[in-house]
Amino acid sequence: MSKRDILQRLQGTRGQAARPQILPWLAGLVIAVLLPLAVKNFFLFQLTLAMSYAIAILGLALLTGFNGQFSLGHSAFFALGAYTAAIMMDHWGISYIWTLPVAGIVSFVFGFLFGLPALRLQGIYLALATFSLAVATPQLLKSKPLEPLTGGVQGIVIIKPDAPFGLPLSSDQWLYYLTLAVVVVMFYCATNLINSRTGRALIAIRDNPIAARAMGVDISLYKALTFGVSALYTGVAGALGAIVIQFVAPDSFTFAFAIALFVGLVVGGVDSIAGALFGGLFVLFVPNIAEEVSKGLAGAVYGVILILVIYVMPSGAAGLVRLVVSKVARIRATK
Amino acid sequence: MQLVLSQILAGLSTGGIYACMALAIVMIYQAIDHLNFAQGEMAMFSTFIAWQLLHWGLPYWPTFFLTIAISFVGGVLIERIIFKPLKNAPILSHIVVFIALFAILNSGAGFIWDFNIKSFPTPFGTTPLFGSLISSHDAGMISVTIIVLILLYAFFRYTRVGLAMRATAANPESARLVGIRVGWMIALGWGMAAAIGAIAGMMIAPVVFLEPNMMVSILLYGFAGAVVGGLTSPLGAVIGGFAVGVIENLSGFIPDVGNELKLTIALALIVAVLTIRPQGLFGRVIVTRV
Repeated sequence: MSKRDILQRLQGTRGQAARPQILPWLAGLVIAVLLPLAVKNFFLFQLTLAMSYAIAILGLALLTGFNGQFSLGHSAFFALGAYTAAIMMDHWGISYIWTLPVAGIVSFVFGFLFGLPALRLQGIYLALATFSLAVATPQLLKSKPLEPLTGGVQGIVIIKPDAPFGLPLSSDQWLYYLTLAVVVVMFYCATNLINSRTGRALIAIRDNPIAARAMGVDISLYKALTFGVSALYTGVAGALGAIVIQFVAPDSFTFAFAIALFVGLVVGGVDSIAGALFGGLFVLFVPNIAEEVSKGLAGAVYGVILILVIYVMPSGAAGLVRLVVSKVARIRATK
Repeated sequence: MQLVLSQILAGLSTGGIYACMALAIVMIYQAIDHLNFAQGEMAMFSTFIAWQLLHWGLPYWPTFFLTIAISFVGGVLIERIIFKPLKNAPILSHIVVFIALFAILNSGAGFIWDFNIKSFPTPFGTTPLFGSLISSHDAGMISVTIIVLILLYAFFRYTRVGLAMRATAANPESARLVGIRVGWMIALGWGMAAAIGAIAGMMIAPVVFLEPNMMVSILLYGFAGAVVGGLTSPLGAVIGGFAVGVIENLSGFIPDVGNELKLTIALALIVAVLTIRPQGLFGRVIVTRV
């Protein structure tokens, strides 16, 4: 490899990091906008849900993939967002639109506060602490003192919002577009965050905390803030999920869901923003596919699919794409 | 006071279960440097194999040792077939494979042996001891845990293979350079973890009954025990397991929320312990050289 090649490659990757390639994103967006014209409402509902999972997984990616903090407890923040939305809509009669920012802020505060003690924990210990959070969540939601607010085991039923301004859309279609808009905003913000000075600080903390500290990065503050931002993403996702499903109940937010989000993160690619979308789709659709293959052995089929996916793409979908792109580039370069 | 004392003893007997599990977790952690999320399901599957052998009419003790042998081979096979090809994959991908293994074993066991609760025999009988505070099975289970602990300690401390396994977990590259067959050491670690899991499963099954989901909560408490005790210390894991059992039982005394939130309180305490001593109560502080 000549010096120029190296230089080009460096510039190429740097250019990529600074300006995410706009074309595939635009193409994806156009398809996503046109999709409701072509598919059934139930499939649209599933896609909407998958997008809300994708936002949650993006939150997890910011924390785990870019900041190196491990979490198996994001179902708790998802539940927090979902319950915030449900309580605001059902108890206080507030419009669903306003629940999204409030859910985000509430989750941010909780995430930040949880992030403070979590600073002292690393790797597997942090995994256990967050996992405890996930396990405790359904119990807390069911507990007596909180029952007037959360509805206990019964949960809360909420009413599906119709399209506003007399738009000629079914409520499924409207929620799809709303979620899509939120996805676009959230993903745009995440990309900007990662490419900013703050984002570089986060990545530096992940790669080498000691060097990052030597460079003047306030590790504690950034780590706790990342926990907060990650929880914010997941909380907004939870609020969207609650509005789409029209129902929240403690047993939807068990640790199994936290693990599902984690699987989505790894399958999509931990340090990839676009990978979160793939992860969301995976979390929603693969268990259904497994169930269709075999009812009795659904879990086993799911496990086998998961192992095969990891075999084919050990660094997630994003890792595979990167590999293919670099292979193609190399073939082109040798021609 | 009497009530508190009996709750503590009851806690110790459930703690014995967690200690068993915690020990198996720490073992595999020492051998492969990861927490194995499928550990509980492996133990559950082994216990089902034992149940099947007993069902076919084998006496208890031959079944016990045969199951340990089968589990050992099974553990080695899992490493060779599933994990060896993924040697260079990122750690997070490994964890996803653990989760996959969890799903496969759980649903496989349900498919083969169905989800009905089965009873599992104990070789120690169930006569109450010490004024009916613990049963002879509990005492037997705790003794077995302690025997396994001593054997393991001796294995890791005094045998060449044990030393080689510790070296592999601590520093695979250097271990390979001194001639240790790193791949086989990891496979051996898996085999041993599966075997210990089998022992734990067969000891636990008479108490909680046998069914595919029996290990889910036990695994969680086992993890908690292992982490509180310190993942680098088998003795710490056992003590941590007992401690978790006692804490869980005592938190039932907290008025109003105690009973409902037993698990939550136990976990909160564990997190509190970890924030004060992040390496666990008995763990070594691992100093990183820059």
